[in-house]
Amino acid sequence: MYGNIHSTESFGTVDGPGIRFVIFFQGCPMRCLYCHNPDTWDTASNQQFTPEELITQYQRNSEFYHHGGITATGGEPMMQLPFLTELFSQAKAAGIHTCLDTSGICFDRNHPERYDKLLSVTDLVMLDIKHIDDERHRLLTGHSNVNILAFAEYLSKKKVSIWIRHVIVPEWTDDPDEQFRLGEFIGGLQSLKGLDVLPYHDFGKQKYEALGIPYPLADTAPVPVETAEAARKQILRGIKHRLHQDAK
Amino acid sequence: MFNEFAPEWEGFKPGKWSNTSINVRDFIQKNITPYDGDASFLEGPTEATKTLWAQVMELSRQEREAGGVLDMDTKIISTITSHGPGYLNQDLEKIVGLQTDKPFKRSLQPFGGIRMAQNACREYGYEVDPEVVEIFTKYRKTHNQGVFDAYTPEMRLARKSAILTGLPDAYGRGRIIGDYRRVALYGIDLLIEDKEHQKATHFVRMTSKNIRLREELSEQIRALGELKELGRIYGFDISRPAKNAQEAVQWLYFGYLAAVKEQNGAAMSLGRTSTFLDIYIQRDLERGIITESEAQELIDHFIMKLRMVKFARTPEYNALFSGDPTWVTESIGGVSVDGQHMVTKNSFRYLNTLNNLGTAPEPNMTVLWSKKLPMNFKRFCAEMSIKSSSIQYENDDLMRVTHGDDYAIACCVSSMVVGKEMQFFGARANLAKCLLYAINGGVDEVMKVQVGPKYRPVTGDYLDYDDVMDKYDQMMEWLAGLYVNTLNIIHYMHDKYCYEKLQMALHDRDVKRYFATGIAGLSVVADSLSAIKYAKVKCIRDENGIVVDYEVEGDFPKYGNDDDRVDQIAVSIVKTFMDKIRKHHTYRDSIPTMSILTITSNVVYGKKTGNTPDGRKHGVPLAPGANPMHGRDTHGAVASLTSVSKLPFRHAQDGISNTFSIIPDALGKNTKIFSGDLDLDALRKESEDETE
Repeated sequence: MYGNIHSTESFGTVDGPGIRFVIFFQGCPMRCLYCHNPDTWDTASNQQFTPEELITQYQRNSEFYHHGGITATGGEPMMQLPFLTELFSQAKAAGIHTCLDTSGICFDRNHPERYDKLLSVTDLVMLDIKHIDDERHRLLTGHSNVNILAFAEYLSKKKVSIWIRHVIVPEWTDDPDEQFRLGEFIGGLQSLKGLDVLPYHDFGKQKYEALGIPYPLADTAPVPVETAEAARKQILRGIKHRLHQDAK
Repeated sequence: MFNEFAPEWEGFKPGKWSNTSINVRDFIQKNITPYDGDASFLEGPTEATKTLWAQVMELSRQEREAGGVLDMDTKIISTITSHGPGYLNQDLEKIVGLQTDKPFKRSLQPFGGIRMAQNACREYGYEVDPEVVEIFTKYRKTHNQGVFDAYTPEMRLARKSAILTGLPDAYGRGRIIGDYRRVALYGIDLLIEDKEHQKATHFVRMTSKNIRLREELSEQIRALGELKELGRIYGFDISRPAKNAQEAVQWLYFGYLAAVKEQNGAAMSLGRTSTFLDIYIQRDLERGIITESEAQELIDHFIMKLRMVKFARTPEYNALFSGDPTWVTESIGGVSVDGQHMVTKNSFRYLNTLNNLGTAPEPNMTVLWSKKLPMNFKRFCAEMSIKSSSIQYENDDLMRVTHGDDYAIACCVSSMVVGKEMQFFGARANLAKCLLYAINGGVDEVMKVQVGPKYRPVTGDYLDYDDVMDKYDQMMEWLAGLYVNTLNIIHYMHDKYCYEKLQMALHDRDVKRYFATGIAGLSVVADSLSAIKYAKVKCIRDENGIVVDYEVEGDFPKYGNDDDRVDQIAVSIVKTFMDKIRKHHTYRDSIPTMSILTITSNVVYGKKTGNTPDGRKHGVPLAPGANPMHGRDTHGAVASLTSVSKLPFRHAQDGISNTFSIIPDALGKNTKIFSGDLDLDALRKESEDETE
């Protein structure tokens, strides 16, 4: 079995706990305006690996990954569900911590059981909720968020640990009310373990130029850390409100 | 040998150190107080520290404005006792002593070479006193002159083409660490007594070897006498052991100061002093005669003095080292051979000077890293690294096997047991250039003259791996022989004309000597050979048939990506060249070692190395040390580090260096906007509290 892999990073420090071996999957159905990996959109790949090869690469350097593990990101790893499931199954069998960084877009709420095998070998899901409002989500990414939110709830039901990621983009996700609503939603997730609020940056710009794609947010300035800090507080308020409601 | 337990030692646990012989390690092992706690006990700078440091900063500013040098001695030849006392502000300084009579005034040190001393002065608009020039030209030979008297034409040419480069034939070799702790622990009189005993019990059959050692021991005893006098100049009686923390720091510093007054070596490293001094500070804290703030002040003032160490150097020297480094390396932490870590509160205090005095490259704070270091100390190191980018890390778990638990680092990576081992610094052989010589049959690709032996050059249009490897092996054979012999001359002459009598006085009599060779350009060689093997490399020749450029067709594995196809080439080059070095006689029965180290001089080496088969262009810097070439390690830091870590330490025992740069954000998340451990129950409770 082969997976289409864009690249690997041996020293991942921001994609899950500890130092991690990060595998960038090739191909993504989303077209988020602020995507900083447009080079992973295309599903055609020039690199293929078997799960065994990737596990071997990890184990060669396992000394570095004592508190880390493997992170599958991309692109959208769940586009290659059988391969991803096999990769994580082998990792789990070898005692490696597995983390899935996903948009959740591939989840089908009518057939959640299709993902049970994957989730049984996934230690942590980092779920990137781009927008809480469905209409705005469509404009921002080209897709509805219905399946994404359903995936979050399914993870909660299955007791799979979740870190929620959310990017603060000027004029897109900087409205405090919407941030509060996002908090209200994720406050209902029983297995929520982390909240990662990222300020928008434009490091991806060069990649767009190299690929000859116009950069959609050419006029948007990078967001200062303080703005993300404030947004995080606002989302936490939403979470607390939900927790309080549920307690009643 | 000691008749009594000195009163200054009261409160210390006795042992071999106090009743058998000079043995600082034993003193440390018997008296250390390991510290597992965090950094919260640390104190900020005192008012005196702030005032003094502001003064140093102001002098630095003036020095920069004056073009790099504020003042120079042109008449008084620097010796241990050459100058009267000098101060920043005598009332405020807890630790005193300057290289000359004024801060920032550079001393005159002509024993390495009078012309170098003259050039260094001229560069900044000073002239060495004509009388001094006459003495060191007509009557007193220097190291530099001795070396050139003995060099062969081939050696001169190899030096000129820079296939051998940075050789310590015109400047002090450095890399020797005196055990400055002995001055504090024993006082000068006991050290002299010990040296007299060493001399009295040495061989009496007068071979040239024994005569040399007898002469050296006499020199050492004289130097110790001068060191005692240096103490007296500043109003201290250092003939006896130090009795408290302030004296211990001061006595130790006098030892170091005497060394830098006598030698302007390429690296004048300090040793492993922090845990030693902690024992004195701990005793004073327990006796209630010092506060934490005062303890920190002592260390701050000591470090301040180390930051002020300066030498008069030539522009060529500064170009080679990309600045004016002194390599006052201090080794911190580590683990003892019985498994106990050796981190003390003073390990924290040393690093805390980066907070109290601000960031600085000197002294070169080097943490001897082990898995077994306490977590709190590891955290503090990480925090200080992010804050200051000023900490060097070395693998204690690797070096302890060879050197035990009382070694220190000289310069950047050279490990040696303090007071028991020393090294003959050997600069580097440029292996990238050697590869070009193999291709061109010994003709230098930049100077276009025959430098190496006239072996058969490569004749085809494309480089053939087996053919090139065969020729490269022969050229390395030649280079290794020439290199070792050149160094033999240099160190013979350095011992003869520029002997480090004070530093060697703070060693045992029978020291173990390392013959520390080095290589430059390893990653260029590995990538070039990989290109020849896995891609196609076409030769471009000039009108005289010399290959001056290369066209690489296709891609090839590059060192730095955890790819064994090329990493194993690098491993094999290291082993091959070291084995060739080992074949040769080395001066004074020294043990040959090799380093893969160029933290700064790789820039100059690159300027002198023509186009290489990996596609690197003439003038582009070689990668520093064992680093992969810039931008070629594309699989992240772990893959890059893994490639480096494959290099065999036993064939590069003088050290393997890797310069690691990373933006702080890439080291992990900002904790303010990220939390991996969101506690829902706590949030739930908070929400209830807020509503009530």
